[in-house]
Parts: sequence; C-alpha cells; structure tokens
Amino acid sequence: MDETCDIASPVKRRRAALLVAVLAALLILPFATQALGYGSLTSFATRIVITAIAASSLNLILGYGGMISFGHAAFYGVGGYVVGILYAHARSGEAIWGLMPGTSDLAVTLPLGLLVCGLLALLLGAISLRTSGVQFIMITLAFAQMIYFLFVSLKAYGGDDGLSVRRRNEFFGLDVRDDTRFYFLSLGLALLWFGFMARLVNSRFGLVLRGIRQSERRMAVIGISTYRYKLAAYVIAGMGAGLSGALMTNYARFVSPDMLHWVQSGELMIMVILGGVGTLLGPAIGAVVLLSLESVLAAYTEHWQVILGPFLVLVILFWRGGINGLISRLTGARCE
Amino acid sequence: MSLFIEQILNGVQLGVALFLLAAGLTLIFGIMGVINLAHGSLYMIGAFAMAWATARTGSFWLGVPFGLAAAALTGVLMEVLIIRRLYARDHLDQVLATYGLILFFNQMATIIFGRQPLFLAPPSELSGFITLLPGMQYPVYRMVIIAAGLLVAIGLYLLIARTRIGMLVRAGATHREMVRALGVDITLLYTFVFALGALLAGFAGIMAGPLYGVTAGMGEQILILTFVVVVIGGVGSIRGAFYGALLVGIVDTMLRAFLPGLLRHFMAGQEADALGGGIGSMGVYLLMALVLAIKPKGLFPAHG
Repeated sequence: MDETCDIASPVKRRRAALLVAVLAALLILPFATQALGYGSLTSFATRIVITAIAASSLNLILGYGGMISFGHAAFYGVGGYVVGILYAHARSGEAIWGLMPGTSDLAVTLPLGLLVCGLLALLLGAISLRTSGVQFIMITLAFAQMIYFLFVSLKAYGGDDGLSVRRRNEFFGLDVRDDTRFYFLSLGLALLWFGFMARLVNSRFGLVLRGIRQSERRMAVIGISTYRYKLAAYVIAGMGAGLSGALMTNYARFVSPDMLHWVQSGELMIMVILGGVGTLLGPAIGAVVLLSLESVLAAYTEHWQVILGPFLVLVILFWRGGINGLISRLTGARCE
Repeated sequence: MSLFIEQILNGVQLGVALFLLAAGLTLIFGIMGVINLAHGSLYMIGAFAMAWATARTGSFWLGVPFGLAAAALTGVLMEVLIIRRLYARDHLDQVLATYGLILFFNQMATIIFGRQPLFLAPPSELSGFITLLPGMQYPVYRMVIIAAGLLVAIGLYLLIARTRIGMLVRAGATHREMVRALGVDITLLYTFVFALGALLAGFAGIMAGPLYGVTAGMGEQILILTFVVVVIGGVGSIRGAFYGALLVGIVDTMLRAFLPGLLRHFMAGQEADALGGGIGSMGVYLLMALVLAIKPKGLFPAHG
C-alpha cells in the first residue's frame, strides 16, 4: 500500500514529473492540434476528458469500494437527459410539470443534473446495497435497464430516437459553442473532479471505503456502519457520472437511450479495468486507450467488436493490473 | 375472461423460457461460483443454429438437435478455453471476460446473418390452434413450449435429486473441497455442468426463435430478465429459479397486456399507452426491488 512509499522517493518524483508533463500537454493540446492541422483531435480529446469523469466515478465504487456496479450508465444517461429535457422545455417555453421553466444555462443544468443523479443514486443504491456480490451486479444491471426502458417509453422526450440539443448550453453567458472553449470547460471540470477524487480517496472516508473492499466484516466489527459509507460512495459516484453525462449531451448536442444502455455500463467498466482498478488516474488512462482503440478499429472495420471482445478476454486472462500497473512497473514503483 | 387466461398462459410460456435460462445460470454460479454474462449468447447461438439448419434442411425437427448441439458445443469450448481460467478470479474479471465474449458473439452473428431478424414459422405439425375452452383458442406451438419447458424442469429435478451425477452436482455446490478430496474429477464435473447450462439455454433459444424472431442481441434482452429471476428466486437455488421465472413471466406479460387499458380509464389513449408501456416494462424491476426490500437474499435462498 501507499504507506510504505516514502513521499520523497524517486518513484514519486518521477510520477509527479509525468503528471506535470501530461497536464501541460492537455493545456496546449487544442493549440498544438490546430497548428498541426489536426483540429478535429480537440473534439476527440473533449470526448475522452468527459468520459474519464464517468469512468473515474465508477472507479470510486468499483475500484476503491469493491462494489461491482454494472449499471453506471443509468446515472450517466440521466445526467444527459436532465440537460436534454431542460433544453427542450426552454425551446418550447412550456414549464416542466407547470413548475419549473426550461433553461439552457450550464450554471443551472449542471447542478440540477448532479442533484437529480444524486437522488436517483440514493434511491437505487439504498435498495441495491442491501445485496452484495453477484446479486449486486445483477440488480444494478437490472435497475439500469429499468431506467433505459423508462426513457424509451417517454415519447414526449423522443422515446427511442432521443432528443437533439441544437445549441450547447451557455455558461454564465459564456458561449461554449466554440470547440476549444468547450474543451477547456470540460477539462476544468474534469480536473476539479479528479482533484476531488484524490482528496476523497485519501481522506478518512476513502480509507474506510478501501477497508470495506478488503473486508466488510472487519470494518463492521470495529464499529463502522459500512452500509452508510457504501451508500455515500454510491451517491457520489452517481453524481460524477451525472456530471459526465450532462457534459456529454452538450458535447454531442444529442441524448438518447443509448447513453443508458447496458453496453455503456460495460464500456465504463472496461475503461476502469484497462487503466487499473482502484488507482486514481487509471480510469482516465483507460478512457484514452478504449476510445482510441475503438476509433482506430472502427476506421478499419465496422465490426470492430469482433476484435475488441477477444482482446478484452485476453487482457483479463493474462494481463493483470491494467495499464497503470504497467506504468508503475516501468517507472520502477512497487508500492501501488 | 378468455383474454385473461390467454395472457396467463403467455406469461407461463415466458416463465418457462426464463426458467431454462435461469436454471443454467444459477447452477453455474452455485457450483463454480462464476457469473456468466455470455449465457445469453448460448441462447442466441441455439436459435441461430436452429434457424440456419432448418433453412438448409427444410425440417424443423432436424434444426432442433442441430441447435442444441451447437449451443452445448459452444458451451464446452467456452468452458475449456476461457471460463475454466476464471474460477479462481473475482466476479469483476468474470463479468468483463464474459462481456468480451458477448461483444464477440453478437458481432459474429451480425457478420454471418446480418442485422435483419430471421423469422421462421413453427413447423406445420405445431401450427394452428387448439380450443381450450369454448370460444377460446390458443396456438399449439405455445402450448407445446409450455409442456416441453415443464418436462425439462421435471427432468432437471430428477437428474439433480435422483441420480449419482446430480448428487455430485449438489455436493459440489455446498462442499466443493470435500468432493475434490474424495477423488471426484471436479474438472470434468464442471465442464458437464457448464454444458448442461448451455444446453438448457440453447433449448430456450430454439423455442423462442419462431415466436420472437432470431436476431443478434436477443440473448441480452432475455439475460437481464433472467438476472431479475435469479435475484428474486435467490442466487444458486433451482427451486427459486422456477418460482421466480413463473412470477416474472406472468407479472411482465400481464402488466404489458393490461396496464395501458387500465390507465386509459384515467387519461388520454395515447398517453395511457406510452405510460402503460413504460411502467409495464419497468414492472418486473419494481417487483424485484420489492422482493429485495423484504428478503434481501431472494425468496428461496440456496444456503440457509
């Protein structure tokens, strides 16, 4: 564990240097790609940054808490729908249930998306966390599918076809239709999220959560109400996915039940695994790798899942620890 | 009234198919401790193989054994090549590896058979209707499915409760180490159980083919309902899978059939249809939530 790692060790310093380099690269990325004539890469990078938030939020419960949720797309999609529905009402001028007017201001839609996803996670988590192990996997998958069917049947909001969001939300009057601005907005929120995660997993809360993963019974015996900690983590994770979904709807200018589909949950899990379970930046690495792999394979054949599927099986069978584990080995770390 | 009975029968028919899947899933989990997401793929492979062989030979009765063999063989290959390496792993690895298998099988099905669903008619011997009550007719094919499914359920019960191999299966579920220590070839037993589960899934797929059409991704739609069944019935319990399957099958069918009509008494027709359809498809998940709120381990927990 980390405790055995000396703060001033060369390993930590090397990792810190790597982190600074990556951050610098992220900051100059839109300008560099434009200068080099690959302007569309900025858009792709935005997608990765947004997806990394969702993967990281899943990692909180899956990697640190040991709760294998196969229904994380529920919160991702609902976060997206909050933006979509508010936009639809802003356009039509009709108030939602005659109560709340629609809006397309990110300063309203984002907090509201977080709130809705948090409440949903509280409700679903309160029921799902009564189970554990394989039942938890099944029940989270089933609940996500329930939400999926709900939105498919909501014909008022497009049903199967989904909702178009013609214009991106404004952010305190700032127009983020420009791809570079939206990239920096997403990057800023992602950095905030990852900073929050870094503090959270090393706080007392995070330590309890990791303790629960190792042995829930042990934590219960030392007097900790494990259910409450798990539920709190589940709610935070749901809100993170909601944040990501809300941004994604803005990015794609579109939201549909596909965002809620179980394949989406599966993809988020793959990212967490590829990057390295229970590591802070693993999910971000996983998002980069999976999304890049998908777009490379998709350019090669439309049946790219035929390659991705077996690749995944091989990774699981023979390559443990994910890419982050590989990086640790390369930078000489033995303590992560 | 006759509509009501007809829908009950439809519910039982869905329940029987769900039981065939749930029994295999829960056996595999109960005995090997593996959660197999690709169980739905075996269902799909059975259906596709049957549809292919039926189209080739022109005979449903040749298609059926071919579909069964394809599902069982795929199951054996899957176990020997991949699943076997996952027994000692945690659930997360099992979920992701079998998820990878789903991606592969679904895409292969799309490559070979295209995106359009294949429709095939039930065999001529089983087409037509029987009269159950005066003025009430029911398709023969659906009746046969119910009967076949119940027969398989009884056969499975006899196999597990009355035979030596069933005894080993039961012992393997509760005292794995002891069975191994007594010199039973546990590797072979595991492969057998997996093949049995694949066979049952393939059988369910074969029966569903003529009703719903055969399409890539058909396995996952029903797999998720199967999960609901297993959670409601209690993981690892075949008895639970049986009652859970019937309950889910009937509740799902009834809600979809009657809820829009009921709601139409309260609201406009179109909205009632949309809302009724939505709640109808959510119904079994709400049922699951209700059951878990009362009994977190399901209705018939396997151990204690």
